[in-house]
Amino acid sequence: MSGAEMTSDPWLILLVIVPLLAAPVCVLLRSATGAWSVATAVAWSVFAISLKLLDTVMDQGVVRYRIGGWDAPWGIEYRLDSVGVFVVLIVSAIAAVILPYAKRSVEKEIRKDRIYLFYAMLLLCLTGLLGITVTGDAFNLFVFLEISSLSSYVLISLGTDRRALTAAFRYLIMGTLGATFYIIGVGLLYQTTGTLNIADLKTIMPAVIDTRTVHAALAFLTVGISLKLALFPLHMWLPNAYTFAPGAVTAFLASTATKVSAYILLRIIFTLFGDVDLFASFPLQPILITMALAAMFLASLSAIWQENVKRMMAYSSIAQIGYIVLGIAMATETGLTGGIIHMFNHALIKGSAFMAIGAVVFSTGAVTLTQMEGIGKRMPYTMAAFVIAGLGLIGVPLTPGFISKWQLVTAAMELNMWPLAALILLSSLLAVIYVWRVFEVAYLRPAPEGAPAAQEVPLSMLLPIWVMVLAALYFGSNATFTLNLAHTAALQLMGGL
Amino acid sequence: MMTEKPLLRVVAKLLIPLILLFALYVQFHGDFGPGGGFQAGVIFAVAFILYSLIYGVRVARQAIPASATRSMLAFGVLIYGGTGVVTMLMGGEFLDYNVLAATVHGGQHLGVFLVEFGVGTTVAGAMITIFYTFSGHVNDNLPFRKHNHVVTPSKKGDGH
Repeated sequence: MSGAEMTSDPWLILLVIVPLLAAPVCVLLRSATGAWSVATAVAWSVFAISLKLLDTVMDQGVVRYRIGGWDAPWGIEYRLDSVGVFVVLIVSAIAAVILPYAKRSVEKEIRKDRIYLFYAMLLLCLTGLLGITVTGDAFNLFVFLEISSLSSYVLISLGTDRRALTAAFRYLIMGTLGATFYIIGVGLLYQTTGTLNIADLKTIMPAVIDTRTVHAALAFLTVGISLKLALFPLHMWLPNAYTFAPGAVTAFLASTATKVSAYILLRIIFTLFGDVDLFASFPLQPILITMALAAMFLASLSAIWQENVKRMMAYSSIAQIGYIVLGIAMATETGLTGGIIHMFNHALIKGSAFMAIGAVVFSTGAVTLTQMEGIGKRMPYTMAAFVIAGLGLIGVPLTPGFISKWQLVTAAMELNMWPLAALILLSSLLAVIYVWRVFEVAYLRPAPEGAPAAQEVPLSMLLPIWVMVLAALYFGSNATFTLNLAHTAALQLMGGL
Repeated sequence: MMTEKPLLRVVAKLLIPLILLFALYVQFHGDFGPGGGFQAGVIFAVAFILYSLIYGVRVARQAIPASATRSMLAFGVLIYGGTGVVTMLMGGEFLDYNVLAATVHGGQHLGVFLVEFGVGTTVAGAMITIFYTFSGHVNDNLPFRKHNHVVTPSKKGDGH
């Protein structure tokens, strides 16, 4: 290993240990406001660090860190490339926007004496999600996967509705199955190759790919991560988890957790097995495309029939995961770019949508379509934000959803998969139906009698919602920055590390 | 509570200090022989759990309140992570124990000792917290306060 390769960038480790050490500080503070202040300061610092890292990655290509001074592959190596930094940016930006929003929302939804624990859990979840993206070690990735999962089970169970407990328990069972499958896969790879370092595994893989052990490992890894990703038909835990979780938690998890799982899937297919042509030797493409299409259509159809708007958006998330996986499955430069940029775009859109719904719940307690009649006039700013997010889900031009779908349709055409291009467009029409259902109820129906004239949420919640919506509109109309990032990431995945 | 079982109480009284001592031995001897923070933490917690089983959870909560076990949980993580931060401040990488002392051997020794101490603290705190959580409906989240309110089933019988 050359000397230049072995330099460690301390910002990389700070990205993980700042939120990790802030969590116990929150527990010791035992004060709701104190914990919130710590969490917000941490989220903003982490966002600043990720911008700094983005700069370095653009400059140098790959940023590394040797934990404990041990060289890779013996020690744990943190390794951030253009794919990882994009996901780090998504996670930290969403956290930075959601924390100011969370203050009032959490005060209303969570028992006062539990709030400091809530922020400790949120910070641990952030630690886990960031850790997954920066680590270059397959086992370390499992540890962070468990940190983020365990904390998200707790976050979901803190919802006001008692059904949040069963939803969290169900997610616990499914999530643990997913994590167990992942670790079985890693165990099998370790037994064959004797290494846990992802870059090291990648170089050894071509020599051992024709063994049944490695085939089994591949199966365990992909199925395990598909569970965490909520890829159809392994999505059953998601709708209830998102429906009954506190508003801020749903917004945070919906825009980060599944994206990070998609990142792991990318890493498995294109980095771990990057030197092996998986798509040639396994029917990976037809399987993934079928799952993605099933998600896009069946989950969108389910969304149309939902009465509960949170649940509707949860099903919509499953459909949107379909688009991300579709991009991954096409495995071309354009397809991957589409899949990767949709991770970012969907995070913005779904973050805005869930924050807006959270605001409606905060202000009126309304969460079903019937309860939301005429809400457009009572909460004009919040509902305007929701409508813009809805347009993003459909993929209307000037919203980020359009950019993603344009990329995906182009990718399908490049591959001469015309029916696929048509199906992408057709599935967008299903989004029109469920977004229209909310719009119709909110704007075209009169408010029930006796409803207050105006119930807009406080500025501390409205501002973050609109920051997210304006960011979505910006990256929908001027996608040069995000497209470049996604394209660089796609190139890096296609061409290896 | 087993007030009427003198044998158990006497044996427990004899055993608990020994268990605590053994936990400390496993903790501090962990870098020379079998043992370490996790095992020590569990053994340490076992002493308190045995105490609760014999003398009652209420008495145990007076000996070591839930707020203290929670702080132990957090402190352990801070000791572990803090060791890493200190190594960074001393010019090494995160958790690079070599820089902690004058010699590499001394540094590794001190580093492992500190980190294992953090693990032991957190594990002991976690075991006792889990035990307390399952052993009674007490709200442990409230900020520091004098008495925990133990919710016991109604003593009024079934309405006669």
